[in-house]
Amino acid sequence: MKIFVMAAKVLKSLFLKPATLGYPFVPRVYYKNTRGKIAIEIAKCIYCGACQRKCPAQALNVNKAEKNWVINRLRCISCGYCVDVCPKKCLTMENTYSVSATKKEEEVFSGA
Amino acid sequence: MNSPKRTIIPFGPQHPVLPEPIHLDLVVEDEKVVEAIPSLGFVHRGLEKLVEKRDFIDFVYVAERICGICSFIHGLTYCIAIEEIMQIQVPARANYLRVIWSELSRLHSHLLWLGLTADAFGFEALFMHTWKLREKILDIIEETTGGRVIFGSSKVGGVRKDITPEKLAEIIFKLDSYAKEIKEITDVFVNDSSVKHRLVGVGILSKQDAYSLGAVGPTLRASGVNIDMRKLGYAAYKEIDFTPVTETSGDSYARCLVRIRELFQSIDIIKQAAAKIQPGELEVKVSGTPNGEFFARTEQPRGEVIYYVKANGTRFLQRLRVRTPTFANIPALVKLLPGCQLADVPVLVLTIDPCISCTER
Ligand code: SF4
Ligand code: SF4
Repeated sequence: MKIFVMAAKVLKSLFLKPATLGYPFVPRVYYKNTRGKIAIEIAKCIYCGACQRKCPAQALNVNKAEKNWVINRLRCISCGYCVDVCPKKCLTMENTYSVSATKKEEEVFSGA
Repeated sequence: MNSPKRTIIPFGPQHPVLPEPIHLDLVVEDEKVVEAIPSLGFVHRGLEKLVEKRDFIDFVYVAERICGICSFIHGLTYCIAIEEIMQIQVPARANYLRVIWSELSRLHSHLLWLGLTADAFGFEALFMHTWKLREKILDIIEETTGGRVIFGSSKVGGVRKDITPEKLAEIIFKLDSYAKEIKEITDVFVNDSSVKHRLVGVGILSKQDAYSLGAVGPTLRASGVNIDMRKLGYAAYKEIDFTPVTETSGDSYARCLVRIRELFQSIDIIKQAAAKIQPGELEVKVSGTPNGEFFARTEQPRGEVIYYVKANGTRFLQRLRVRTPTFANIPALVKLLPGCQLADVPVLVLTIDPCISCTER
């Protein structure tokens, strides 16, 4: 009977492994493409500010005089556009997500 | 004779069945709804105004975030509008990739809807099983674009990511096996007596009403009107052979059937696109600024979306107007609620597949 199709499916899944991951014992595997979080190789940065100007979420702040590059991780929408526009290719998109934050802090990277 | 006493029951903006805030004042006589008065605007974000402050190329990422489910098609429609104004010829490969991603987005959106509907009428096991399948589609999306629901892969002039032929073959192979699983689970929606009991004959929208109230997408096609924006042939849809899915009864069950059949249609379109895609460029270089206006119309999982873009030759657009499918379907919703039982309201609201964040932009 049609009505038992779902019942059979449910019974079957009782004996299968859960569809979810047993996190944290089974780690989540990220794909190579996954847009996780932005990382910077600060030594290569020339503080041109291109990334700051293009960032759609206004998450970046580049200060040429003080030679620092500041990211507000809670604002960043992980679009990866800054990676595309950086002339020195010092930004990369890592495939793991940012860890949860307890404070609304900006992350400051300063060179030299 | 006394007329029965009328009561107003507020439904939403916070309601277990609604993931997003919309408010309906339901005028009821006993348990029967006689009128529904909607109010919108709880989560308005002013994105149409933001366009005056962001460079037109960067705005794609904002446009994509108008909605978390039809995200890719929002970005795509914006790109199409700009490309038409600037008369940019998008490479063929990019167009095919756009079709593939659009259909993947339709797949995950319809599976999401089926799950939410099952949840709305209290069929939790069906809900979980449907979302288990959706997760597999999301994995394909994440693997190819980098995001689970925000693809970020369309840009003005082309696409940002490529899918290698091997990966594409693997996706087709996977989709073939998922199609079997989807068939198994959607058969429950089609045949199960408890599901039919909640959907058949409930919330009937006549063909005339659907058309004259300007309903779009599956809500419109379930009432027998054959309108599908993909037939306009944007991206590479002109090369794809498909017939829009229609049903005639116009009830909740018909809207469900249309979405179910579209799942298989999407898989078929992805296969056709994969067979026709040729190696080639992914994007063309965009220089200059747009000057002019354009109406771009595309088909989202929920129906037709319209982007009106007006540019004035600077890097900042003068006007952007987005008419989202849910917005077009709200008059139809208000029409189909009167006459139903109060307990049917959550399911009926869901059958238009409401996406309030789109509606509010
Ligand atoms: S675009 Fe690159 S080089 Fe320029 S400031 Fe940003 S990170 Fe530094
Ligand atoms: S990924 Fe996008 S939002 Fe995040 S910092 Fe880069 S440009 Fe800004």
